[in-house]
Amino acid sequence: MRPVIRFLEDKLIERIITEARYILCKLGVEIHNKYILSILADNGAMVNLDKYHVWFTEDIIDMALQTTPESFKLFDVLGNKTHNFSKQNVYFTPGSAALNILDSKTKKIRRPTTNDYINYTKVISQLENIASQSTAFIPADVHEKVSDSYRLYLSLLFCEKPVITGTFTIESFNVMKDFQLAIRGTKDALKEKPLTIFSCCPTSPLKWSDVTSQNTVDCALYSIPIEFISMPLSGFMAPVTLVGTLVQHTAETLSGIVISQLSNPGTPVLYGGSPAIFDIRYETTPMGAVETQMIDCAYNEIGKYLGIPTQAYISLSDSKQLDAQAGLESSMGATLAVLSGINNISGPGMLDFESCQSLEKLILDNEICGMALRLIKGIKPKEDFPAIPRFQELLAEKHLLISKHTRRYLKEEQYVPGPVIDRANRDRWQEDGGLSLYNRAFGEVERLINEYKPSRLNSGIKKELRKLMENEAKRYGMEKLPSYNKVK
Amino acid sequence: MDILNKISEYLQDGNIEMVSELTKQAIKEKIPPKEILDNGLIDGMNVIGEKFKIHEIFIPDVLLAAKSMYAGMNELKPLLIKAGIPAIGKIVIGTIQGDLHDIGKNLVAIMLKGAGFEVIDLGNNVPPEKFIETAKRENADVIGMSALLTTTMTAMKKVIDLLKEQGLSNKIKVIIGGAPTSEEFARQIGADAYCYDAASAVESVKVLIANKFKR
Repeated sequence: MRPVIRFLEDKLIERIITEARYILCKLGVEIHNKYILSILADNGAMVNLDKYHVWFTEDIIDMALQTTPESFKLFDVLGNKTHNFSKQNVYFTPGSAALNILDSKTKKIRRPTTNDYINYTKVISQLENIASQSTAFIPADVHEKVSDSYRLYLSLLFCEKPVITGTFTIESFNVMKDFQLAIRGTKDALKEKPLTIFSCCPTSPLKWSDVTSQNTVDCALYSIPIEFISMPLSGFMAPVTLVGTLVQHTAETLSGIVISQLSNPGTPVLYGGSPAIFDIRYETTPMGAVETQMIDCAYNEIGKYLGIPTQAYISLSDSKQLDAQAGLESSMGATLAVLSGINNISGPGMLDFESCQSLEKLILDNEICGMALRLIKGIKPKEDFPAIPRFQELLAEKHLLISKHTRRYLKEEQYVPGPVIDRANRDRWQEDGGLSLYNRAFGEVERLINEYKPSRLNSGIKKELRKLMENEAKRYGMEKLPSYNKVK
Repeated sequence: MDILNKISEYLQDGNIEMVSELTKQAIKEKIPPKEILDNGLIDGMNVIGEKFKIHEIFIPDVLLAAKSMYAGMNELKPLLIKAGIPAIGKIVIGTIQGDLHDIGKNLVAIMLKGAGFEVIDLGNNVPPEKFIETAKRENADVIGMSALLTTTMTAMKKVIDLLKEQGLSNKIKVIIGGAPTSEEFARQIGADAYCYDAASAVESVKVLIANKFKR
């Protein structure tokens, strides 16, 4: 059996949903986008255009929930299926949109460049336990108005995995959508084989900005999957209790679902989020806190109850370096996430409250993900009964190292981690240089960068992507894109 | 592809039947037995050894390749003996007196056999004299001893002292291993090599035997 963990009884889930719906209908939501307010009004919602306020109806919410798909798939740049967000299937993706990177050599936090981003794509291409890439950090060597589209451009150019991304402005959506149309060919082909998921974030409490609500509509019109990232902060911008925070998260996420489904019924979405408790000592939002992770697992149960696949920012750390805290917070999150069946698990590589990516941490996290994925395969008999013949073989041969049974099941039964996880005896460890975890991870980053093989995306399409990006950059006065080290 | 390359590749895949079959065919084609051994079987085992070292393959793969090596050796052995080519080495192995822990020692024995050595396994709780008698009688190249207890590891020194007394230190080399032992302990008691795992034991034995023949 697959091991599972649950935090909420169905009765409590139902009460939370009922209260959240009541809030949407009685208190309403602020949406700073008149187009969306008019659609909502057309569908029977009460709207105050001057105050950008809308009061939902139970009917609108029901209608939206009815058209929200129970599952959807993702495909890589070559068109191969990589994800099926359905039931308890789980996939890892790097934490996204960090402002900084932990410099591999100086171990100092700094702003990243194009070369850093390309190195990231080379590493993430080869990490087998992390199924997608995200636009993990924001290169600081381009105009800020293209910093969102530029990272997607680099991702699509250098790595074949599908991308978890998002825009920072309404305008950027256009080119980010055009990249995808260039790869898939047509709008219908993109709908058939989604390549990206866009994060769309309400603002707590109960608010949508013009940009993020318009992004939701734009994605919906192109059937680009959306993950809603509601971010209530327990005790600050949300009730201090975990249940109270869940009520708010549910209301905010349901409001996003309504916007997407009224814009285009059937738009694929992930019931996601990045809630956190609020640390009253440091005024911070600890992503590694156990309570934060409990909220994530619990809203995942609510999403599942509503029949919607889920997402969470959960396997990441607040530490500023790759230390024991980074390992413990990330692995606790990853473990809880897979046991809860969160479909898209965001976080690997991330430090410092979602603000700093580290390639070395990605290497460690890839192993955490591998172990977590092994964990949920559970314990199953594999030609173990009757037991006598196996033990007869053991007694006769004195060992089972090359038994057919061992050869058949060794790789299924045991996850073999890479060199970043030290399992050598002390002498072997010493002979290999007596390296710290950081240094072993550093070595792996170097190896993966050297062994990278370029994306097999058609070179004509790569040229087209470049042209689109150059034109976009020119709109903001950038005549040339940053040069980067030659990719072999 | 050259038949010896094929033998090497099938050996790496652990395909016992094909290694046996192709070795027979190579003999029929009048390829000198030493060449079949060096460029076919041992060549394959060398690749396996390298891959094992960098964790590309694991112990079961090594042992399966070794089984294929035996299959080839079975065909070659009579010809090698006829041609006067000696076996690559003989090792007497056991857990030292007073110690009943033999899992590590067993793994070393399996790996040594896998590498093509002849292994005489004396089991556990082996008195020092028995190591010496057997090694002399069997004309062994190496004695391998293991211990898991700090209380028993000191008996290893007795074996080395006995070899010295009998003037056999140049002829019979000694390797030691086991959790409480160390490089330093090996130096203290005068062992020729300390091995921290089964794979390093194979490496040590290869080096010790190669040096012995150099002299």
